Amino acid sequence: MEFLTRFVDELRQVGIPVSMVEAIDAAQALEHVDVASRSMVKTALGATLVKSARNLPAFETAFEAYFSLLGPTPGSAEAAERLRSDLAAIGEGAGVGGAADLDALVEALFRALRDGDQGLAGAVSRQAVSRLAGIEPGRPVGGAYYLYRVLRSIDLAALEERLVGELAPGPGEFEHRLAQDEAQRRIEEFREAVRAEIHRRLVADRGPEAVARTMRRPLVEDLDLVSATRDDLAAIEALVHPLTRKLATRLARRRRLGRIGRLDVRRTVRRSLSTGGVPVDPRFRRPRSGRPDIVILADISGSVATFARFTMQVVFAMSAQFRRVRSFAFIDTIDEVTDFFGAGADFAEAMRRIGSEAGVVWLDGHSDYGNAFLTFRERFAESISPKTTVIVTGDARTNYHSPNVAALGDIAAGARALYWLNPEARRYWDTGDSVMGAYAAVCDEVHEVRNLRQLAGFVEQVALPVSRPVRRLG
Amino acid sequence: MPPHLPFSDPAAVASALAGEGYLADDRIAQVVFLSARLDKPVLAEGPAGVGKTELAKAVAAALGRPLVRLQCYEGLDESKALYEWNYRKQLLRLQADQGREWAEVEADIFTEDFLLTRPLLEAIRSPEPVVLLIDEVDRLEVETEALLLEVLSDFQVSIPELGTIRAATTPFVVLTSNNTRELSEALKRRCLFLHIGYPSIERERDILLARVPGLQPALADRVARLVATIRGKAVRKPPSVSESIDWVRTLVALGIGDPDRASVEQTLHVLLKHQSDIDRVARELASSGG
Repeated sequence: MEFLTRFVDELRQVGIPVSMVEAIDAAQALEHVDVASRSMVKTALGATLVKSARNLPAFETAFEAYFSLLGPTPGSAEAAERLRSDLAAIGEGAGVGGAADLDALVEALFRALRDGDQGLAGAVSRQAVSRLAGIEPGRPVGGAYYLYRVLRSIDLAALEERLVGELAPGPGEFEHRLAQDEAQRRIEEFREAVRAEIHRRLVADRGPEAVARTMRRPLVEDLDLVSATRDDLAAIEALVHPLTRKLATRLARRRRLGRIGRLDVRRTVRRSLSTGGVPVDPRFRRPRSGRPDIVILADISGSVATFARFTMQVVFAMSAQFRRVRSFAFIDTIDEVTDFFGAGADFAEAMRRIGSEAGVVWLDGHSDYGNAFLTFRERFAESISPKTTVIVTGDARTNYHSPNVAALGDIAAGARALYWLNPEARRYWDTGDSVMGAYAAVCDEVHEVRNLRQLAGFVEQVALPVSRPVRRLG
Repeated sequence: MPPHLPFSDPAAVASALAGEGYLADDRIAQVVFLSARLDKPVLAEGPAGVGKTELAKAVAAALGRPLVRLQCYEGLDESKALYEWNYRKQLLRLQADQGREWAEVEADIFTEDFLLTRPLLEAIRSPEPVVLLIDEVDRLEVETEALLLEVLSDFQVSIPELGTIRAATTPFVVLTSNNTRELSEALKRRCLFLHIGYPSIERERDILLARVPGLQPALADRVARLVATIRGKAVRKPPSVSESIDWVRTLVALGIGDPDRASVEQTLHVLLKHQSDIDRVARELASSGG
């Protein structure tokens, strides 16, 4: 029971919200299951504690750390028995018998992968970790280091080649292609098995808390948008839509609740005449529509393209919350790209078309904020009105071109508000060619927005009329 | 076996569901088992066409219980989900009863005779236990979600004129969601969460074999692997299980026993529903490079 509360603590540490009720549910669920079955325990805890698919990877990681010891304990008779049978399985087919060397191990692995033999693959992964990882007790190293050491010794690329050769039933390109996918899939499974085995040993050595800490990965909404890997991006992508819908519903409701405006004295008095001057039926002014116009100026040069993309995606997904959204993209000059995001447009496709069809490059394809703002002021000044909220996204790295702060200042002066979203960590601002500080002087607010959570928070703030900043004079 | 404990262990769940033609993996069977034990609703979430709704139907069939289904949509309100007073009948009654005391009439027209039960109330009032399926709960507005809370946690419905109606028997509740938006914490807290993703290659093969009569195991295996490969690509709408079943039926109908590149390309439109996806997959299958 105490173990369960420690596990729940770990989940909360990672950022998965677990309520008291859910923890109690988990405890009750455990009473109904066979606690010796790892998969059953995992399901029981997963179903009661984690209520969102995007939190599942984090749960799996934590579970691996805390519950990986539910196997034979090292040093027990059971473990010794397993070692013997593992060795037998590996040695037998390779014709070595007893102590298998590295070649025999690779050979056994090849057979296991070819025949899809789970048992043998498990034996190989355990042996591989014992021999190749060289785990040193007490060393505070993450699992990735040991994984690297194991896989370095086994030439997986060559193994994949051989697998493809064996798996492809006929010649033909198509057959080859299918075999390739299949081989990759099986090798990925093996890699996973090795990783799990390493974690098991690390936990046995250092205890679950320490291992869980080194394995912790941020939740999707906390992932850094600029340095995200391809898998991360896919995860973020999948989250954008549900997140914006949730946000949009919340905004719509708040707006509905805030429908009633100030008392309209004139109309109330006139109404009261029919009741002898008693104001039984108060009248209210209709509040002015709080939905702002949005103009986005996005730097889409290589360094910050992903960030610009998510910003646009969130704003467009929520365009119902705004009166009108126009977007402009720039690298060293600027062009309007609103039409690329028509109804039902595929976002990745739109970004590709912007790259090839819109005129965003003028000279060399390096960001030039100064020229972009100048061009915007000349060509698109009509898009700015006192009702417009301008959002600039970019890292403010000008490649040492002139920043033209005055041009941005003019844009800001014509608009209701100008926000700058910078995907770089605040401590890097104004280092090197970043001129964030200079631009900040003419912006209403500058935000550091490095992940989806901050982005959603910002969009909510812009869309809500209550937090509307008053445009300063001058 | 006592009636309130329908399954002895997860394996029993799996075999009972398999008897109804639903192949559950370990996790699905385990969650259904837990749900039956803890009397908590199952919230099944996952992409479209992986058998979330089928799961509820199979559970109902396996338990031999009737299935009560509430299909959610935007704009669903309590008169469609819970109950409604039968106004016409009440009016008729009032006209027939002219001259009686109001208090008497009032006590008369707000009785169960004038109540139209909707799925949620029906599931609760049923004398025999039922399986309640609340389908596509993510289509509800956030406000309407609250309607479900009382039913889900306490298995009761409060009707101001009648008082609280408690469940005579505990229904087995399955909610499904395609995750187009995040459900409220309050709803999620009351449920056991079950993420149903695309099946493993082996399970998909077995599903295909179970669903398509006369299918050669070799073809089923081939298709399952191909579909898994296509899902791994960056397509807008990955093929669902129901689409891969359709595809196998197409292949069987065309008499293609061992699909090669040409026949796959010709039938891709059954599997993929966007032209850009079809083009992309055809292109990638053609190129043999990684």
